Amino acid sequence: MSAAPASLEDILRRQPVWRGGALARPAAEAVPSGYRALDRELPGGGWPTGALTEILGLHEGVGELQLVLPVLAALTCVGRRVVWLTPPHLPYAPALAAAGVALEHLTVVRAPGRRDALWAAEQVLRAGTCHALLAWFRDIRYAELRRLALAAESGQAFVALFRPRAAAHESSPACLRIALEPGEGMLAAHLLKRRGALVATPFAIPIPRPVHAVAGAVPALAAARSAAARACLA
Amino acid sequence: MGLAAASALAPQLRVRVRDEAIERAALEGVAAWAGRFTPLVSLEPPQGMLAEVEGSLRLFGGLAPLARSLRAGLGELGFSATIAAAPTARGAWWLAAAGREELIEARAALERALAPLSVAVACAEPRALELLRNVGVATVGELARLPRAGLARRLGARLLEDLDRALGKRPEPRATFAPPPRFAARLELPGEVTHAEGVLFAARRLLAQLEGLLAARQAGVRRFALTLVHRGALAIEVEVGLASPGRETARFVELLRERLATVALAEPVEAIGLEASAFVPLHGHSAGLFGDARAEGEGWARLVERLQARLGGEAVHGLGLNAEHRPERAWRLLGPGERLPGGAAQPGPRPLWLIQPPRRLREAGGVPHGEGPLELLAGPERIESGWWDEGDVARDYFIARAAGAALLWVYREPGGGWYLHGLFS
Repeated sequence: MSAAPASLEDILRRQPVWRGGALARPAAEAVPSGYRALDRELPGGGWPTGALTEILGLHEGVGELQLVLPVLAALTCVGRRVVWLTPPHLPYAPALAAAGVALEHLTVVRAPGRRDALWAAEQVLRAGTCHALLAWFRDIRYAELRRLALAAESGQAFVALFRPRAAAHESSPACLRIALEPGEGMLAAHLLKRRGALVATPFAIPIPRPVHAVAGAVPALAAARSAAARACLA
Repeated sequence: MGLAAASALAPQLRVRVRDEAIERAALEGVAAWAGRFTPLVSLEPPQGMLAEVEGSLRLFGGLAPLARSLRAGLGELGFSATIAAAPTARGAWWLAAAGREELIEARAALERALAPLSVAVACAEPRALELLRNVGVATVGELARLPRAGLARRLGARLLEDLDRALGKRPEPRATFAPPPRFAARLELPGEVTHAEGVLFAARRLLAQLEGLLAARQAGVRRFALTLVHRGALAIEVEVGLASPGRETARFVELLRERLATVALAEPVEAIGLEASAFVPLHGHSAGLFGDARAEGEGWARLVERLQARLGGEAVHGLGLNAEHRPERAWRLLGPGERLPGGAAQPGPRPLWLIQPPRRLREAGGVPHGEGPLELLAGPERIESGWWDEGDVARDYFIARAAGAALLWVYREPGGGWYLHGLFS
């Protein structure tokens, strides 16, 4: 006697069948990015772990770091380690602390050369002891990206590679590629690649910008100063 | 026969002078290494060693596994050995000297095992051997059956005492080898080595010896130095530092590999030397029941060690806060994982990237220029501080937007002059 035929739902659920138009269900846990507009478009509802993510900003300072800051804060606050590899400038500790990042779990690694940087990235990923790696590479080849992707698969870290916008035309083994452009008070994100259906149009992600903060804080600043002055005189 | 006669018989003969000092040093090196199996090691020069292992049998899972790891370890050090075990020291020595690799655990089996050995292992004196041969005694078993009084009278009490010691009827106290307090060993490489992997392979031997010595002394080291002796007696010292004291060979080899990757071998290497002197107490720790967090912490420490070995000590650092108004001093570099409590909340928004030292901006029409004119969006935030330590600053900070919509943190000095200090991202 043959077994009862499996139902369609069973097959769709168990076997790797992807229905066009749907988002893939990633094998590894995704970490929420902290932005609902972004999480909606990402498979798993957050940044992928155990795979490469590429963030391509139109230029520096468009908001790419703000995009990953909530996940860094969330990870470091529960004691998970975060590594920054060859950042282009000095990460400013007071700003990171103000954004909620617990600094004792953040480590910066500087490598003198390109090959050293790649080696360091591979070591960090293979060691499997950190939960997020942010790396800045000016130029990196496909074969090297493939090695990093394999190293990332051996762990469960969120790996974000920041590359110049020109790299958007190159092929890459990253499972998620986001191109960022500045918009009016928002960040315009274009998902170049993700595990799922293609997103044709860019969508907006509202990220916090300091300008709004300062406009509101100046009167607060004056109030704080006068309070301090009163405390001194008292 | 003389050297000339030997060379005549075998023209391809290679002659080496026997150096007893080197042999003794090698034996002591092996004895120090054997300290990882048991602290009770005694030397039987010129080429033998006795180790009392009853206390270690349980840890190593029995005599046969212990002998196996002993043989494997000696092989790594570059020695081959005849290994025998018996309930008495002299019995084990006789078995090994006769070339019989037997592991005897029970005293009852000892007599039976020693019986077939030739008397040459028991007695080294040629005159006594001659006498025994004339009498027709060829094996230790036959020797043991001879009348004791007559044996003592003819050949001396010493032989009888040795026989009693071998059979366990007399105690045999031995002097224990004391492992030296520092490690220094040298290894001549068989050929000239031109690449780092070859050096590493040879260094592995010395590192195994170091591990044995450290295990014997229950110690670890925080740094060791490998000296590479090149052709022409040019010596280079490569120092490797560790984040925490350790002694495992595998860990040392990994770190040395990363460190050697940064050293360019200009000339072939003829010999290597290893030195480690500052021993710190390090006890082996038992694995915890729920060992995950500790193991992960150790994995992180090892990763930092590896990164620092190759990239340099300052390549890996953490960040901390400082209670300071001057932005460039409101933070500090820390060691990786170091924690610094303190630091106050900043009154205004701060950029995620700091440009240090601040970059001077061109000014035109009272407005700072980057690639194009900058639009001042918010500010000023006046920071005036540092009169007490010569780092006097009085700056008006603004948030400016560049042409490409990036937000910059710029400041103006009271005497004019715009500077870029940070980048919001």
